Amino acid sequence: MEMRKAYVAAMAEVMKNNPKVVVLDADLASAGGTKPLYTQFPERAIEVGIAEDNMTCVATGLAAYGFIPFIHSFAPFSVRRNFDQIAVSVSYSCQNVKIIGYDPGVTATTNGGTHMCFEDVAMLRALPNIRVMDIVDPVQLAKAVPFVAEHQGPVYMRFARKQTDTLFDEDYKFRPEKADVVRKGNDVTVVASGAMVFDALKGAEILHEKGIEAEVIAVHTVKPLDEQTIAESAARTGCVLVVENHSVHGGLFGAVTEMFARTVPTPCDAVAVYDRIGQVGSLSELKKDYNLTGEDVADKAVKLIARK
Amino acid sequence: MSTVESSKKIRALTLKCIGSLGSGHVGGSLSIADVLAVLYDKYMNVDPSNPHMEGRDRLVLSKGHAGPALYATLCYKGFFPEDWLLTLNKLGTRLPSHCNMLLTPGVDMTAGSLGQGLSCACGLATGSKILKDNATIYAIVGDGELQEGQNWCALMYAADKKLDNLIVFVDKNGLQIDGTTEEVMDIGDIENKFRAFGFDTVSINGHDHDAIDKAIKNARLHKGSPSCIVLHTVKGKGVSFYETMGAGVHSTTCTAEQLQKALEELR
Ligand SMILES: Cc1ncc(C[n+]2csc(CCOP(=O)(O)OP(=O)(O)O)c2C)c(N)n1
Ligand SMILES: [Mg+2]
Repeated sequence: MEMRKAYVAAMAEVMKNNPKVVVLDADLASAGGTKPLYTQFPERAIEVGIAEDNMTCVATGLAAYGFIPFIHSFAPFSVRRNFDQIAVSVSYSCQNVKIIGYDPGVTATTNGGTHMCFEDVAMLRALPNIRVMDIVDPVQLAKAVPFVAEHQGPVYMRFARKQTDTLFDEDYKFRPEKADVVRKGNDVTVVASGAMVFDALKGAEILHEKGIEAEVIAVHTVKPLDEQTIAESAARTGCVLVVENHSVHGGLFGAVTEMFARTVPTPCDAVAVYDRIGQVGSLSELKKDYNLTGEDVADKAVKLIARK
Repeated sequence: MSTVESSKKIRALTLKCIGSLGSGHVGGSLSIADVLAVLYDKYMNVDPSNPHMEGRDRLVLSKGHAGPALYATLCYKGFFPEDWLLTLNKLGTRLPSHCNMLLTPGVDMTAGSLGQGLSCACGLATGSKILKDNATIYAIVGDGELQEGQNWCALMYAADKKLDNLIVFVDKNGLQIDGTTEEVMDIGDIENKFRAFGFDTVSINGHDHDAIDKAIKNARLHKGSPSCIVLHTVKGKGVSFYETMGAGVHSTTCTAEQLQKALEELR
């Protein structure tokens, strides 16, 4: 199932159960998948047109009125275009606005550089009061949505609309404060966020063939980070490789290395986007070009282990 | 060759470009082919062999998703060879889906995040005023795009600074992604809004080449305030099955079969 299908189904359920939940779109309801909510909940589905800054503050007003607004756009336009609006009207004012960013990083594919946001996590991590989530698959998404609606306070959630790859089965239990250990190992800890977990697992498989056992931790919430799970694993493995579809500056790599700098110095490295701008291309080409593949994970892990 | 012939060529090249990928921003590209033909055939003071020529006229395609139409035009005018059109959106291409001034010869401004282009055009027009180089700055914005508030900051600026070297085209095709502009977010009376902001404004059929020609001529002669030409257009213009598609034509397929049919209609 596509992520956007899972999302709209979960939102329909949440809106049915909670009359306070409203959705806002900026001319991407058909692209993002929320369109059916406009017929199901005509009063609580609000099209604002191509005006993301306005959408953000309208949502703030609704939140101040007791509603739980979800705003939607492509990641660059749902956090970057309207960053001051988020800083002042959402973060500073601590209003209960939920921000959804579609197609983060390389998943923007042929929309290219203007739409390829590698800095959303860094930007929102730097603002107080906001939970920052990077979702791995449709199953996790469906289970995270009710939590996001119920959670008191702003949340940012990024995911690729058209992704169908699925990691978890229906028994998956979403624990808001806990990362998921999806593979056990003692030689290196691989901490991956969002859909990069798939590439991390591919890397772990390559490493396994070389006799190296990687522990893979799937992070759905970059802030607040489940530091405990990561620290415990690192204490066993002695090194940590971060894997993210984001700039190497200030995202999950930032969160993990900041923690180790404060606590136990630990060799770390990152499979991430190294100070480059976005561009057009297919997902697989882009992953290769930015060195975000399973092979890159394995290569970097081998070099990292040598530094232990 | 007449500008009408040029516009057919531009439409055909646009679809070949998008067809090389199989899908893309068909509707909003086809709706501006006529204004591009008239502009580049008759008015743009540019040199394909020297795309960065000083004092040249510049075009900001603020609705940057219509890049393929501009690429087709620039290719037709000799800025780059036709085989470039077949590289649209491929990794490493010079022709990305949204216009990029660093990649494509003849593209004067990067766009793709809607609502920024008019302000950039204001900056170009201000620069030309300071240098007194007599360039004319053109900008094309989408009607849905006008929902972005920054446009109205730019209009206020352009009128305040008396940028009579700025000519803004609004591609009023009545459609955006989620539906008609009325359904999504009614922008009301565009012509009178521009007038209220201090623009010398006319409203014309955006596919009538004589009307486009006359409007540009008058706008270039007009002094003391910026000009706006509202182009009443059809999204997907020139190809029957795209013209009747509704909002879905914004981003749609251009298969080999569709391409062939379209090229026949455009002959
Ligand atoms: C800031 C921003 N928000 C959203 C988008 C996504 N988007 C691309 S085109 C488009 C619709 C544009 O409609 P319009 O301006 O009427 O263009 P046209 O009909 O001429 O294609 C949208 C919402 C974007 N590119 N930039
Ligand atoms: Mg339009």
